[in-house]
Amino acid sequence: MASTLNNYNDLCPDWTQREVSTGTTIMAVEFDGGVVMGADSRTTTGAYIANRVTDKLTPIHDRIFCCRSGSAADTQAIADAVTYQLGFHSIELDEAPLVQTAASLFRDMCYRYREELMAGIIVAGWDRRRGGQVYTVPVGGMLTRQPVSVGGSGSSYIYGYVDSNYRSGMSKEECLKFTAGALTLPMERDGSSGGVVRLAVISEQGVERQAILGNQLPQFSTV
Amino acid sequence: MATVSVCQYQPGGFSFENCRRNALLEADITKLGFSSPAARKTGTTICGIVYKDGVVLGADTRATEGMIVADKNCSKIHYISPNIYCCGAGTAADTEMTTQIISSNLELHSLSTGRLPRVATANRMLKQMLFRYQGYIGAALVLGGVDCTGPHLYSIYPHGSTDKLPYVTMGSGSLAAMAVFEDRYRPDMEEEDAKSLVRDAIAAGIFNDLGSGSNIDVCVITKGKVDYLRPHDIANKKGVRTGSYRYKHGTTGVLSKAVTPLNLDMVEESVQTMDTS
Repeated sequence: MASTLNNYNDLCPDWTQREVSTGTTIMAVEFDGGVVMGADSRTTTGAYIANRVTDKLTPIHDRIFCCRSGSAADTQAIADAVTYQLGFHSIELDEAPLVQTAASLFRDMCYRYREELMAGIIVAGWDRRRGGQVYTVPVGGMLTRQPVSVGGSGSSYIYGYVDSNYRSGMSKEECLKFTAGALTLPMERDGSSGGVVRLAVISEQGVERQAILGNQLPQFSTV
Repeated sequence: MATVSVCQYQPGGFSFENCRRNALLEADITKLGFSSPAARKTGTTICGIVYKDGVVLGADTRATEGMIVADKNCSKIHYISPNIYCCGAGTAADTEMTTQIISSNLELHSLSTGRLPRVATANRMLKQMLFRYQGYIGAALVLGGVDCTGPHLYSIYPHGSTDKLPYVTMGSGSLAAMAVFEDRYRPDMEEEDAKSLVRDAIAAGIFNDLGSGSNIDVCVITKGKVDYLRPHDIANKKGVRTGSYRYKHGTTGVLSKAVTPLNLDMVEESVQTMDTS
């Protein structure tokens, strides 16, 4: 995609010329009454961690958030554009927008510019019509609704964990514990994921945000 | 394509036509054994921190062209607006022009709104411009300032991503500077501590990174006041030669002397008045 004349220069190390990427593990789960979203907090340029406390859970509207993975520049630009479009749409409608609308806007942009973009996004939130919903828009621009969705480079490590531990009908607290556990595992194994676990619970009442720091993460093994 | 129809609509925006030609030229030149001229890059260490009353920005002053220092004392802290300054790393021309363009647009915006510009506005403008050029503008920036909502600090990458943090470093010396910050940064520091921390972070970059060097510039921005300290610290004083290469008169003996006067005739004289108004 972006091919640059590579000026190999002793004075300028490799990571000054690499694009910034949210290596990432992101996740979202539906429960009755809302959604729980989670992400790690590491942004890398090559092998250097550019930001170790990134907030990858980006508000799109009052009760709609998105988890960003892929190129930091691309996902920030897409999120800004969709926030604007959804805000405008909501004012036109004079009511809160649907999560499906937000997901559609993401999909339209990610599919139209699929050759130029590198973005894997999970859209989640609560609306009055369908309650808590999770939609995933992976690289390429597909859109699908799933009760639980994982994404990012670290997600490969937890498909098994998620498939075996997820049950439908979990409560909010169970979802929080499930998400925190699922995000801790790739943070130990995937070089591009790490930092703190950021969680957000979106429901009719509003948005509750929390961060689980390194020493408070659930312990899986002492190896 | 050699033939383009006159009636064909010319799309606006950046033209990438010459990129393929440049790649071929580069390959040809390398085959002959020469290296093509490199764009002047600021190897650079730049950093910024948020302290109790505002932000402190710091930068080194070396600009390099390949392995040669092109400018020993260049200014890397650029003016954006009376309350916002921006350090630039990467391609020197790109950082200079980008900051000037956004400074100009922000002044017009400020006149239009009737308010002092906000750091978040400058951040939006910079990130949207850099994203539009998909990373081809090699400008990595540390943007800091104080506005009605308080002190703010952003790091902006060439592809258009930004991070809002209490302390940031950019450039080839950023790892050295970040090591100093990670060790000694505390929230709500006093001004002298903050300046000293920034000075030490840039010094770490200067002495441990080949692409950074010379002096340390510091810019302290608070509500209503900006201290642009250039230089804040001359970390690399030019050495004084201990000996002298001047020879005394008579060191070389004169064997013979011959003087030939050249007779020149005036051929033509014309006067051109210059308009100096």
